Amino acid sequence: MTNIIEVSGLTKRFSGVTAVDDATFSVGENKIYGLLGRNGAGKTTLMQLLTGQDFATKGEISVFGQSPVENASVLQHISFIKESQRYPEDFRAKHVFRSAPWFFSNWDADFAEQLIADFRLPLNRRIKKMSRGQVSAIGVIVGLASRAPLTFFDEPYLGLDAVARQTFYDRLLADYAEHPRTVVLSTHLIDEVSNLLEHVLVIDEGRIIIDEDAETLRGSATTVVGTRPAVDAFVGAREVLHRDAIGGLASVTITGLSAQERKDATAAGLELAPVSLQQLIVRRTNTSEKEFEAIA
Amino acid sequence: MDESRPIFAQLAEQIENDIIIGVMAEETQVPSINEFAAFYRINPATALKGVTMLVDEGALYKKRGIGMFVATGAQARLTTKRRDNFSAEFVAPLLTEAAKLGITPEQLAEMIRKADTA
Repeated sequence: MTNIIEVSGLTKRFSGVTAVDDATFSVGENKIYGLLGRNGAGKTTLMQLLTGQDFATKGEISVFGQSPVENASVLQHISFIKESQRYPEDFRAKHVFRSAPWFFSNWDADFAEQLIADFRLPLNRRIKKMSRGQVSAIGVIVGLASRAPLTFFDEPYLGLDAVARQTFYDRLLADYAEHPRTVVLSTHLIDEVSNLLEHVLVIDEGRIIIDEDAETLRGSATTVVGTRPAVDAFVGAREVLHRDAIGGLASVTITGLSAQERKDATAAGLELAPVSLQQLIVRRTNTSEKEFEAIA
Repeated sequence: MDESRPIFAQLAEQIENDIIIGVMAEETQVPSINEFAAFYRINPATALKGVTMLVDEGALYKKRGIGMFVATGAQARLTTKRRDNFSAEFVAPLLTEAAKLGITPEQLAEMIRKADTA
């Protein structure tokens, strides 16, 4: 498999804040990646570094085999859709779509037109006068219709309603299937996108804490519920991701259970509940030392 | 699609169901990977993994340049496989729940007979 992004030891410090902390990972060609994490975890900074919009403090970045910084031969293959995209004063949506082909050699005007109809975007309205969701739709359309070999969507759908988000997911999947490319989707709506992802990167306080195939992650954690002694006996010395207790009942989230262990648990009168990707990430990015102490 | 098991395994199971109940008849073409991906809203690589699993088991086979077809005998083979797993997957949990409520296996059998004639 070819990697189109290679990052090693990447660090970005702003005055006193380490936004990206010694990140090492790679991004394979023609896969859909989820870049997930809490607000302020470093997702946007990381994408800005990967697209040459900021300078690294330390570490190596290679995109399509080269440094992306001020490198037109790399950047012309990248489409970066940001939550905070600004447009020139007095721009209307039609101006955006008219100028997009100048930057994206794979631009598909017919596809853009179809998406404009799907999202019911008013082409002649000034962007200043548009709703937040309509501005987001412009970005989503540009990101999809540009068909760039490497496309970043950074929280692309602020203000988009549930119907429009579903339209985005459906169009993304269908077009990706027809025109495979690498997509990095940064979002906090993890449950909504989890089935679309092939690979998951989770960043927390600037560090990459999960870099795993989405299918491997799914089902990698289970919540065991039952009476406290039974749960404790079953959990034993396993790594505990999360623990809740109410009265005599305990609910403990642990990693990796074999089929035999599942049977044992059921036989011991315990209930097993699946842990969604979103719950798993919440558990992994939310467990502080203090919470562990509170249990002990 | 639920969260408890890998999506590709759930897709494979869904296709198996369709073969067992005859919705996907033997020697007919099944949807393409991209069609499965779009319909179930899953990543095409995941869909491919699920379909590949059924190809490896011999339930589906590939006709080069045309697509994927249900193999002859797949319906009977899958039905046998499901029957073999039936006790562990359905009867055992039923007995566990019954035991919890103090229902004896005899009472359970009686319930099943009644429900069946109802």
